[in-house]
Amino acid sequence: MKILELKNLVKIYNSTEVKVRAVDGVSLSFDEGEFAAIVGPSGSGKTTLLNLIGGLDSITEGEIIIDGTNIGKMKPSKLIDFRLRNIGFVFQAYNLIPVLTAKENVEFILELQGKKRNFRDERAMELLTAVGLADRANSRPSKMSGGQQQRIAVARALASKPKFILADEPTANLDSKSTENLLDIMEQLNREENVTFIFSTHDQRVVNKARRVITLEDGRVVSDERK
Amino acid sequence: MVIITAIALGVFAGVYTIAFMLGWMNQKVDSLINTELSHIQIHQPLYLETSEVHDFIPNISIIQQEIQDEPEVKAVSARVIAACMISSAEMGSGIQLIGIDPAVEQQLTNIHEKIVDGQYFDGVKSNPIVIGEKLAKKLKVKVRTKVVITLTEMDGTLTGGAFRVAGIYRTTNSTYDEMKAFVRDEDIRKLLKIDEDAGHELAILMNGHGSENGFAEKLKDKYPEMQILTWMKIMPEMEMMNENMNLMMYFFVGIILLALGFGIVNTMLMVVLERVKELGMLMAVGMNRVRVFTMIVLETVFLSLTGGAIGIVIAKVLVSVTEKTGLDLSIWAEGLNSLGFDAVVYPTIGFDSIFVIAIMVIFTGLISAIYPARKAIKLNPAEAIRIDM
Repeated sequence: MKILELKNLVKIYNSTEVKVRAVDGVSLSFDEGEFAAIVGPSGSGKTTLLNLIGGLDSITEGEIIIDGTNIGKMKPSKLIDFRLRNIGFVFQAYNLIPVLTAKENVEFILELQGKKRNFRDERAMELLTAVGLADRANSRPSKMSGGQQQRIAVARALASKPKFILADEPTANLDSKSTENLLDIMEQLNREENVTFIFSTHDQRVVNKARRVITLEDGRVVSDERK
Repeated sequence: MVIITAIALGVFAGVYTIAFMLGWMNQKVDSLINTELSHIQIHQPLYLETSEVHDFIPNISIIQQEIQDEPEVKAVSARVIAACMISSAEMGSGIQLIGIDPAVEQQLTNIHEKIVDGQYFDGVKSNPIVIGEKLAKKLKVKVRTKVVITLTEMDGTLTGGAFRVAGIYRTTNSTYDEMKAFVRDEDIRKLLKIDEDAGHELAILMNGHGSENGFAEKLKDKYPEMQILTWMKIMPEMEMMNENMNLMMYFFVGIILLALGFGIVNTMLMVVLERVKELGMLMAVGMNRVRVFTMIVLETVFLSLTGGAIGIVIAKVLVSVTEKTGLDLSIWAEGLNSLGFDAVVYPTIGFDSIFVIAIMVIFTGLISAIYPARKAIKLNPAEAIRIDM
């Protein structure tokens, strides 16, 4: 089932002297349950493309259709709410809230959605168990390793049962063991729960695990391989 | 922590200074009423302008008795007053000589409690006089020293009499001490040749503060031919100071909070800058702008409230202590006394004033939060997440 479709997507950054076409006519579609990696050299437009898909940046031309909704034409306030309910984010630097515990960091998304306390408790614990960190539920991020923090970030991204998860270089700050561990968990979630993951990455280990690899160069898709 | 400390210090300084000013003002009013003026004074309509001996109230003792019978009145003193010259062997000075019945006057004013040398009309059999310390120094006289009073009789003849200093008093108002001397009313009557039933001033002390205005109105109806004035009308500058005190103190706190407000804005901007990544993440994952704005505002108000509460509690504790012990400013006593203020101040502050200050602190927090909160919601989440801190 198709959950995301990009039609002739263009993003132009206007600086004073030159126009930069960071994303230049990208058309792609993603089905539910994909485990896809967007790769390419620095400046190829990976992060820009991910920001556009996540509704964090405005498009210049084209369409982004998520589960039948064109988010390119959405008002900013509606877009924020759309993100909250439909898209999960995993960031390179984890970006957990330092003053909250692991469980509170996961619950937080559900609180924004207005979910009741009991539901939040259960769901947070369920997700922490899924990422293998139920025993660290009451620990603060500062007391955890990078790998553990990123697994909490994955649990947070999953909290709202999003249509897909966008992970921008999720392993860039992790050592080999943590990377392996994180990728295993994500792959397991993908296989068992049918969670859709779209990564932007430089990391060959992520590319190896991905079942679809999209290569960008100068903002264009130069290859789209399925394994 | 820094901002809470700064707010706490600012609010503490503001509250304590206000308590200090209020205490000072209350003492000044108390001193005015209990030492100098009493609550209400009655004179012949012309007397306060002319101060002439012949502008007296006839049948003063009858009026005195009538007023004394009123239940809200504590005491009434009939006074005979004359402008005169007082001379010692070395020096002379123009003063106001006040003839009183010492037994009655003690119920009304507290000069008898302020005797620093000698006794209040005791210890000298004939013609005792009680003078202020500043006048005593000026005349270079001590207790039992003889002084000569020169004044104008009712018919305009210049006359004089010898008095002996029975007591020397010291109030908080050195100008008063220099200008007022007290003698027994029968002694001054003899000098002035004024009728036994006549006097220049009736001073009335009420049972409690606040009832003087209503009672003065009542007296005006009863004695329309007299000039009846409350202490506030006799010294309108004190009324103005008293009434403007609240305004002044809120203005003062306002200035302190304005300075604090800029500090809060600066600190909260730093907070927003330090948390750009966190704020970017919150907005990226779906926290809307209203929530982000509210979060920053609530954080600021919480900081202000915490700091404000700490400041108010410290100030209130210190006020409670110094309210009993007093704050000794005697190194500036001379200057303060010449302005009529006490050198030992007993700060005081009511919960109503504290409540208003607390509201002002919250308001400052709210206003100061707006700019940083606006900065926060203008962040671009995509850029904010990737900023290297």
